[in-house]
Amino acid sequence: MQSVLARSSALRQNALKTSVRSFASSSARAQAVPSEKPVLNKQFKIYRWNPDEPGDKPTLQTYNVDLNQCGPMILDALIKIKNEMDPTLTFRRSCREGICGSCAMNINGQNTLACLCRIDRDSGKDTKIYPLPHMYIVKDLVPDLTLFYKQYKSIEPYLQNDNPPADREHLQSPEDRRKLDGMYECILCACCSTSCPSYWWNQDEYLGPATLMAAYRWMADSRDTYKAQRKEKLQNEMSLYRCHTIFNCARTCPKGLNPAAAIAKIKLELAAE
Amino acid sequence: MMSARAVGLGPALRQVALKPRFGQAPALRTLVSKRAIQTQSLPPSASQEILNAQRLKRPSSPHFTIYQPQLTWLSSIANRMTGAALSVLLYGYAIAYLAAPTIFDSTHVIEFVAGLPDAVKIAGKTILAAPFAFHSLNGLRHLSWDMGKFLSLKGAYQAGYAVLGATAVSTVALVLM
Repeated sequence: MQSVLARSSALRQNALKTSVRSFASSSARAQAVPSEKPVLNKQFKIYRWNPDEPGDKPTLQTYNVDLNQCGPMILDALIKIKNEMDPTLTFRRSCREGICGSCAMNINGQNTLACLCRIDRDSGKDTKIYPLPHMYIVKDLVPDLTLFYKQYKSIEPYLQNDNPPADREHLQSPEDRRKLDGMYECILCACCSTSCPSYWWNQDEYLGPATLMAAYRWMADSRDTYKAQRKEKLQNEMSLYRCHTIFNCARTCPKGLNPAAAIAKIKLELAAE
Repeated sequence: MMSARAVGLGPALRQVALKPRFGQAPALRTLVSKRAIQTQSLPPSASQEILNAQRLKRPSSPHFTIYQPQLTWLSSIANRMTGAALSVLLYGYAIAYLAAPTIFDSTHVIEFVAGLPDAVKIAGKTILAAPFAFHSLNGLRHLSWDMGKFLSLKGAYQAGYAVLGATAVSTVALVLM
């Protein structure tokens, strides 16, 4: 007991000593000037449209952001602009790590997620940010995705099986499970569908790459028994066959998926009937 | 105004605006209350109408004018355009031949072309050969996709560059013929 007490008092003394020492040496440390990063301004040109003034045409508004006071991604710049320069700038965002799909937009001519897209640090070039192409705009960078979600709903994106096993879950071999890789990862950000020229011209009838890949995800699932009905729904001129294998969808997918290949496989299966 | 009402801040803001302040005459207060925001009570069923009115005014975002030029969609557009041009040429000539077989028969066409200067002949042959070569070769690319080949993004690009190269070579070959 005594030894413990003695040790603790020795410790306290030690601590006191070091604290005094650090206090004494801090005056020298205060002389050091923190190295300031130089200002690196970059222009962001962002599509603006306000529903409260529906008569005004959409415009590009320019913002200057100091990249050395900003995070590395486009979403960081957007949040910085909204926080510090213009609180009226409107965009969707949530997870900031590419899993929610909210911040899908057209950045420098390509659809991607703002949270996964690095800012090009070349301050000589501006960065142009538009909403997803050929969509009705609710405000600024927020497109109306109502039709997109309706189309997704229309393909019945859930497991359909009239004879579920009585005493356990649906079983699936590893090989069958592997067929779903590259499709189940889709986060429905709508980057692919809104990059597709066919979808631009025919989105009222053509389902678009995101929805069609989701359709094939259920057609390819060994546990689903509604394959024939799913095929039947696509067996018309518009729903599927407006795909002309352009590959804009695979080129733009921020998750690196390939809707074009999934659609080509649907076409092959329908042709083989 | 609209946004304040939408997030339910309307009443709170109005209360702040109407809060009695020191040294403020009652008459001024009623004046303030008269100038306050006019609200309108709407049933929940009116929301669809408001939404529809908003939807009518929404602009469509820009598309091909702002999209990055990529081999993917540009080669698709080129395929469509060359296909349309070649069809117009085929049907146009066929209809012209039907209408006036004495003017548009092979003998007259050959005589007409033979009388043209060399520069025009080469330019004309290039204008005919390039779309024909591109459309035919890109057709093979499409057929291979339909058979399930080159369906990766890399494969699509490799096939695309191969088509462009082969188009250049066969255009030169056709012009030299």
